[in-house]
Amino acid sequence: MTESEVYTHQFSKHLAERQLIGSRCKRCGRVFLPPRSWCPDCQQNELEAYQFSGKGKLAAFTVVYVAPTAMLAAGYDRKNPYCVGVVELEEGERIPAQIFGVDVQHPESIRIGTPLQALFVERGEGEHKKTILGFEVT
Amino acid sequence: MTKRKLGRGVAVVAAGMSKFGCYNGMATRDIFVEAYREMLASLDHGFDPREIEAVYIGNYSGDLFEGQAHMAPLMTDWAGLSPRPATRVEDACASGSAALRQGMLAVASGLYDIVLVGGVEKMSELPTERVTDTLATASDVVYEAAVGFTFPALYAAMATAYMHEYGADPEVFLQVGYKNHEHGALNPKAQFGQPIREIMEARKASAIRKGLPVPEWKDEFDFLRDPRANPYIAWPLRLYDCSPISDGAAVVLLVSEEIARNFSEAPLYIIGSGQASDAATHDRPTLTSLPAARQAARQAYEMARITPQDVDAVEVHDCFTIAEIIASEDLGFFEAGEGWKAAEDGVTSLKGTRPINSSGGLKSKGHPVGASGVGQVVEIWHQLRGEAGERQIPGSPAIGLTHNVGGTGQTCVVNIFERR
Ligand SMILES: [Zn+2]
Repeated sequence: MTESEVYTHQFSKHLAERQLIGSRCKRCGRVFLPPRSWCPDCQQNELEAYQFSGKGKLAAFTVVYVAPTAMLAAGYDRKNPYCVGVVELEEGERIPAQIFGVDVQHPESIRIGTPLQALFVERGEGEHKKTILGFEVT
Repeated sequence: MTKRKLGRGVAVVAAGMSKFGCYNGMATRDIFVEAYREMLASLDHGFDPREIEAVYIGNYSGDLFEGQAHMAPLMTDWAGLSPRPATRVEDACASGSAALRQGMLAVASGLYDIVLVGGVEKMSELPTERVTDTLATASDVVYEAAVGFTFPALYAAMATAYMHEYGADPEVFLQVGYKNHEHGALNPKAQFGQPIREIMEARKASAIRKGLPVPEWKDEFDFLRDPRANPYIAWPLRLYDCSPISDGAAVVLLVSEEIARNFSEAPLYIIGSGQASDAATHDRPTLTSLPAARQAARQAYEMARITPQDVDAVEVHDCFTIAEIIASEDLGFFEAGEGWKAAEDGVTSLKGTRPINSSGGLKSKGHPVGASGVGQVVEIWHQLRGEAGERQIPGSPAIGLTHNVGGTGQTCVVNIFERR
């Protein structure tokens, strides 16, 4: 069996290549981001890699003041909070991501519906280095 | 498809819980035994506990909170019930209600007549950031936690979606927390059994003692609006919007309907039960409702053949204040987008027409994750039997409902109880 491009662990490999790759059901045409390896509608596994445009809009968000350990390590804390949100892509799928280009000091100024573009954020050093999905205000 | 009937009826005939709170230096098994002891004491007629045939334990993550997995046989042994079959049930924060449902199904199947259901969690051993990490494992770790979503952050995102869709004023979140502290102050088992006013006065007194400038809060809401007193955790949710880190246990005894009166003068019959699952938060068509809660509620109402208006006492999963508002809509008490107005108008307080979380809810009573769902049943037990003291819902409530959510709605269990 050859390794499928639509397996979940391939998503981060694609992010490192600065590509937003989901999957598409060959039978019904439904697209998925994050990629699914099994179409829930057709109940079968004939899916192919599908490139998303990276264009979307903000569907929900928050500014986080009490960070988990991974974000503390990335330099975030109460004084330096960060924004995360759910992004609705123009293809219709939704994905969680860190949001850049918004005023985290004034969360009330952040607007749902704001147009966004995907961005690839490199975090960590050496073998801990990985690429995180972000979106920034266009 | 819609066979919504148990093989035979099941009743709750005893219920008990430990106080919820921080148990420094007390082991999980001892907290469990405390709840078990109180459950036995609640029996109207004596019985030999060795007649218990099987045990179901809700526990979210002893593995990560205290490095102890395989909690069910351990709790069972500590209650002196080995070698009864003991099964741990894990559905994140809904573990307790899911365990209750498994116990109910075991009795309804006819295999057992007498089953013990418990919930237990000890969260206070870890520092806050590692509790945050552990709770985040109930989300989608690969996609949500990886980009910095915490558990409060996911509910906060639902709050911004709710505010955007329905024009809700974030001030209403403060009112939900205030209300639940008012209720919890009447509950001797609550972790934070204090009204906000008392917490505020204590802060002032402490400033005076330390010779620090005394904050000039005009009232409780002035206190709750002050970011020094009530800091943001994940905007728009603040400290007093979040349920606390808690330890605790709760236990109930389930028996088949035909023998219930041998144990109790006023058993609670389980007349409805529903459970549903869902995708991770980001992968749902809506962020202002929990589809699994609506599905579980529909199943439970259909089985019980009642409508939301028939429910007298209700405990909902207010892990965050926004969750209580959404729950009040998902359970059909208010239309979508109307729950926040009802909360603002005081409808959901003990003095209102639709009291919610008379126990103080997870916010004030505490949220030892795996114990919370069983703890909700303990409150319904007291309310329907007229034993809730100062927080008794007036009018002799006969039907009670519990709504217990796992994660951010990947699981929801709704159970309905009746005193006949
Ligand atoms: Zn398909």
